[in-house]
Amino acid sequence: MDSRSPLAIEASGLTKSFGDTRAVCGVDLSVRAGTVYGFLGPNGAGKTTTIRMLATLLEPDEGTASVLGHDVVRDADAVRRRVSLTGQYASVDEQLTGRENLVLLGRLLGYKRAEAKARADELLEAFDLTEAAGRQVENYSGGMRRKLDIAGSIVVTPDLMFLDEPTTGLDPRSRNHVWEIVRALVRQGTTVLLTTQYLDEADQLADRIAVIDRGTVIAEGTSGELKASVGAGALHVRVRDAEQRTEGQQLLSRTLGVEVHLDSDPVALTASVSDPERVARALTELARADVGVAEFALGQPSLDEVFFALTGRPAEEAPTDGSDTDEEEDAA
Amino acid sequence: MTESLQAALAPRARPAVPGALSSSLTFGWRAILKIKHVPQQLFDVTAFPIMFTLLFTFLFGGALEGSTSAYAQFAIPGILVQTVAFITMYTGIALSTDIQKGVFDRFRSLPIWRTSVLAGALFADLARYTFAAMVVFVLGVALGFRPDGGVVGVVLAFALMLVFALSLTTIWTIFGLTMRTPESVMQASIMILFPLVFTTNIWVSESTMPGWLQAIVKVNPVTRVVIAVRDLMAGSASPGDIGWALLSCAVVLAVFTPITMHLYNRKLRT
Repeated sequence: MDSRSPLAIEASGLTKSFGDTRAVCGVDLSVRAGTVYGFLGPNGAGKTTTIRMLATLLEPDEGTASVLGHDVVRDADAVRRRVSLTGQYASVDEQLTGRENLVLLGRLLGYKRAEAKARADELLEAFDLTEAAGRQVENYSGGMRRKLDIAGSIVVTPDLMFLDEPTTGLDPRSRNHVWEIVRALVRQGTTVLLTTQYLDEADQLADRIAVIDRGTVIAEGTSGELKASVGAGALHVRVRDAEQRTEGQQLLSRTLGVEVHLDSDPVALTASVSDPERVARALTELARADVGVAEFALGQPSLDEVFFALTGRPAEEAPTDGSDTDEEEDAA
Repeated sequence: MTESLQAALAPRARPAVPGALSSSLTFGWRAILKIKHVPQQLFDVTAFPIMFTLLFTFLFGGALEGSTSAYAQFAIPGILVQTVAFITMYTGIALSTDIQKGVFDRFRSLPIWRTSVLAGALFADLARYTFAAMVVFVLGVALGFRPDGGVVGVVLAFALMLVFALSLTTIWTIFGLTMRTPESVMQASIMILFPLVFTTNIWVSESTMPGWLQAIVKVNPVTRVVIAVRDLMAGSASPGDIGWALLSCAVVLAVFTPITMHLYNRKLRT
């Protein structure tokens, strides 16, 4: 990505408390236009609160942020005209049909009745929802709701789109659909800021990633940079014969140069590795020593592993209860 | 899906931001669509008034006024006011539902006149009030109610009830903006509505009540509106009656509108 493209989001020292809970404490952020920026963190880390401040739905207690060159507090209307937000919970009207939801938003964005209808049909077609267009949204599946929600956010294609956990709770097929939509959005020039709990998702979509924990950014960089600091991931091996497990453990530990854990499964071994090349060599060693391998997998580091590497403790729910949204409701 | 998706996302001219009236009417259209999809909500708002009307006129009519039709003549205007008053609480419940479901967030992230969500709901509310009042009115006529004030009297009485209903909604909007669930909004609204509607002269004349209760009944804004509606329908309304009724509405509005708007603007910001 062109590091000299203008900044779509520039924030410094963003802070927000709800009662005694410090949800966000001093977040700095710069996001280049035309890129996908990922916000990675567990529930309650402050992702949603940050995104809501940037989308002008919450006023920061301290700090400043400008979105597409407009201050989010003083110039909120100008920001609203050019961004859209898809929240964590699909914000569609369940009692209306899919088409009515989109026509409603089209009208509110300024389209004439006929234009709003045409635009709604175009989006329904593009999002594979034509068949369900006339049904009330309360009968939609989670994936359909989420797609309709995103469609609602791009009735007028935004210059910047906030996606708050766009795939949480979706099945793999719907998740791929959503990813495809995000990629298509970026191809035509929209900047995307998305939050996620899945490293995999940030890896697939985001050009840069900020890891957020307890209201602060604890690491920032490309997914490659983050992984370099974390390790490539975990090697899982299942030997064919439980008797050979100890031998396998010794061999692996020698070739990989790391500690190898015995899982509760009597044939399984796990090691965290940084260099995939060594894994190939280690597996060859196993074969040479006649240790039968039934199955092996090199997994991406999970969010837990990233957190463990960055903070020395596992990812956990925030010390207060529930998700960001709950905190807000408590304070509201 | 990829090609149609890319085409649907292609940059295009941005329409001009809609005016205040246009966005309010769009929200009104939304509320009417909801009535179309969930007609039960009209059943809810008409079944109770019908039940009340039938129950009270047949149960007490003979005892209180000598006959069912004579009692209907006395009670129907009050039942109309009560019907409309009870329906007003659905405004707060609907607002609370929107907030809870996240739809409200979507609306407030749009560059529209910020009050149009409320204004649009009021358009649809007016339609709902009129519908429910018509049902009770027709039932009343069938039971023997005869409005001597004629068409003009009835239309003016309806207009007064609508003004009153709109002023009451400012109270429920406060609940809708501050309480966490639609259920708690409903409970709180009922806690206020029941005493407000029953400490009036809707069912019996206040002259039958103890002095302290008469005093309460006389200052109740609902009583003032009932007197005016009754007299308008009977064709015997005095400027004083109507003045008191309108003043009662104005007091309710003056007290609650600033609170509602303050809370609403705060909700939009946080």
